[in-house]
Amino acid sequence: MAKDLYTEFANTGLGRSLTKSLGLPQPAKLRRHRPGRPLIDGPVVVLGSSEAASALADRLLSWNLDVRRHVGPKEKVAGVVACFDSASSPAALSSTVLEIGMLLKQLKPSGRLITVSRDPQGTSDPAVRAARSGVQGLTRSAAHEMRAGGTANGIVLADDLDPSAPGVAGALRFLLSGRSAFVSGQFISVDSVTGALPENWDRPLQGQVAVVTGAARGIGASIARVLHRDGARLILVDIPAAGEQLAAVANEVSGTALQLDITADDAGERILAHAAQHHGRLDIVVHNAGITRDKLLANMDESRWNSVIAVNIESQLRMNRAFLASDLFNADSRGPMGPRIISLASTSGIAGNRGQTNYAASKAGVMGMVSATAAQLAARHGTINAVAPGFIETEMTAKIPFATREVARRLNSLNQGGLPVDVAETIAFLASPQAGGTSGLTLRVCGQNLVGA
Amino acid sequence: MSAQTIRDAVIIGGNRIPFARAHTAYATAGNQDMLTSTLNGLVARFGLQGEQIGTVAAGAVMKHSKNFNLTRESVLGTPLDPKTPAFDVQMACATGMEAIGSMANKIKLGQIDSAIAGGVDSISDAPIVVTDELRGILMEANRAKTVSQRLKALAKIRPGHLAPQAPGVNEPRTGMSMGEHMAITAHAWGITRAEQDELALASHKNLAAAYDRGFFDDLITPFKNVSRDTNMRADSTLEKLGKLSPAFGKDLGAEATMTAANSTALTDGASAVLLGSEEWADQHDLPKLANFIDYEEGAVDFVDGAEGLLMAPAYAAARMLKRNNLSFSDFEYIEIHEAFASTVLAQIKAWESEEFCKNKLGLDSALGTIDRSRLNVNGSSLAAGHPFAATGGRIVASLAKALHGKPGKLGFISVCAAGGQGITAIIEGR
Repeated sequence: MAKDLYTEFANTGLGRSLTKSLGLPQPAKLRRHRPGRPLIDGPVVVLGSSEAASALADRLLSWNLDVRRHVGPKEKVAGVVACFDSASSPAALSSTVLEIGMLLKQLKPSGRLITVSRDPQGTSDPAVRAARSGVQGLTRSAAHEMRAGGTANGIVLADDLDPSAPGVAGALRFLLSGRSAFVSGQFISVDSVTGALPENWDRPLQGQVAVVTGAARGIGASIARVLHRDGARLILVDIPAAGEQLAAVANEVSGTALQLDITADDAGERILAHAAQHHGRLDIVVHNAGITRDKLLANMDESRWNSVIAVNIESQLRMNRAFLASDLFNADSRGPMGPRIISLASTSGIAGNRGQTNYAASKAGVMGMVSATAAQLAARHGTINAVAPGFIETEMTAKIPFATREVARRLNSLNQGGLPVDVAETIAFLASPQAGGTSGLTLRVCGQNLVGA
Repeated sequence: MSAQTIRDAVIIGGNRIPFARAHTAYATAGNQDMLTSTLNGLVARFGLQGEQIGTVAAGAVMKHSKNFNLTRESVLGTPLDPKTPAFDVQMACATGMEAIGSMANKIKLGQIDSAIAGGVDSISDAPIVVTDELRGILMEANRAKTVSQRLKALAKIRPGHLAPQAPGVNEPRTGMSMGEHMAITAHAWGITRAEQDELALASHKNLAAAYDRGFFDDLITPFKNVSRDTNMRADSTLEKLGKLSPAFGKDLGAEATMTAANSTALTDGASAVLLGSEEWADQHDLPKLANFIDYEEGAVDFVDGAEGLLMAPAYAAARMLKRNNLSFSDFEYIEIHEAFASTVLAQIKAWESEEFCKNKLGLDSALGTIDRSRLNVNGSSLAAGHPFAATGGRIVASLAKALHGKPGKLGFISVCAAGGQGITAIIEGR
């Protein structure tokens, strides 16, 4: 991982004043989750007078937070939850929006703005859909305006969803917390009342068995650590040649190492056999393994194209068929927490990227696969989602030439690259029981990267 | 005192690092590094972090005196519970087999519920010592009570004393190398060059095929960026092997048959096998590949030439098979350690020889033929290499995996060793 020396400098006394006076980007040190620490450090203001506003205020109070409906003009606040779920026309947004505006200057570092609205597709009334779409536009723009590590995101409720559904509470808590440090300008849709709140918010995956592919290094190793921290028991998969690093990660998180080429025809069956032997269950699958073989399309050869497609998407389709055909991957009998699949997409898959036709095809393919598989998971009270990382500080991005890397890591609203742990936190959230109402979604972890916005 | 009953000793699985030709990839790794890495891979494969194992037994043939507690020190470098006891074993090339067999016996007797057994060897990090003369002088100086006594002792040092001494690979009692001993045996049994080259080629082909079908995915963990045995030559041919000049038995002239290719290369590596009682395996949700049924040590009088140096397994096998009321036709797979291709062939010829079996083994007839299609089916030492003490663990883990899913099917193991010794063993698939 290449050190982000600029961010380190910009967070010194001299750096702060120099970057400010020169008008340079001012990347902040982001607030990240640590078990046992408070969910958020300061008052949370709930705006709006809708059904969701009162339900969410009650929810926040139940978490012993300092919940306000109004604050004084000088008072610092840590988060703003703005509820627009009853908006019937764009004109109806104004009073709450202007209240947000006044509060933004009172936000503490790594502050949070969370808008709550209904799904625009859930209505055919032009004024109502305009209002709902409008909330998304204002949220994205506010995200660009957030300062000092602050983020703005939205929770989008299905048209008739009860705002006290566990999935809404799960999304709210994730977005307020340091787990979402590098998530900005994004929307978490909650479509159903499926899911459950964990007994212990620091161990939401307690007792669950998770498999992570590509776990020997980088983001995969980070996913393993975060899932372990959140209570999961782990099966860690990587190609046999990466076995030494894989064993080290397995020993760090008390998991088992399974050396396996995921493109093998029986990869899914071998993972299931391992899970059956060691745990008698399989609850969470994280398809993290992936490769890049960049080449301009004009110079693309068969092996570069085929290997990327085989590893990044065909293997996942094949393994999912095996998992979904197995009784082991059906947590139905064990309560409200159905099985979970989380797959790694990429902002390249959303926006495209020069030299990455193969990679972008595979990653866009992942997003297609996820949305099309959601119904099959819903049948067993499970979910499938994708996470699309933007610029993440990894061994891979450290190989990008310095100048290109320096530009790439600033091209987002947080003016810095994300860390592998940021991707891992989002995956752990989507794997958790409290995310049971969200499925078929691709959630970006990109600091609101300008690419693919 | 409670009556002792015998229970099954189950082979749960194994791990080894790829074997590397001496003075190459692992040149800077010592025995402790390699054994620790092997144990770490085993712990990771089976999720044994924090587990207190009954006993860990392993050893090395070439060992520094500073590594007096090699196995225990290696265990302390793993995530195993530090309350796991460990000790070192040494029986030359049969070290790994002796470690595994004796641990299986402890499990059978109920003394322990779980064990890890294996071995490691490094040619690249062999202990170089000072000459006996210099050591004598230094010890005398150490015992000296006055400065003048000490100086008097040290004054005896001569330049010739300073030459470093590499560990001997020759048999101490004959001064002959193992290869020269084997050349005599091979010649006596009339083993041809062609037979040896064919066996060597089969070893490489079988090992390469096993890699290609993923057989070693859960038997090997890479080390220092090596993921396959570096001695393996998947593209070897009989023509290539036939071009090599003899390396041993050169005094036989045109009748010399042993080359560098049909003799094992010096190699660095380590292996370990996880054993447990049935209950322990079940309690820990671990697989049960095979049972370790029995093993037998043997030794021959090779010093005055009465028997070949590496023929002890021929005798051990006869006793072991008789005790278990078995013959070679009862075995699904036969694993004979390829110290040299001719070692394997000499043992087979001995068991097939009525004369040998009657006169030397005291049997009524020949022990029986070995079905070559069942011999070393996933490759053996000629292709994989032979880090002395690590070979037993390699064979037992691979054979147990090959027999898994074939309940009741038997596997036979033969490993010869320096000093005219050897071990044979039986395992049974489940």
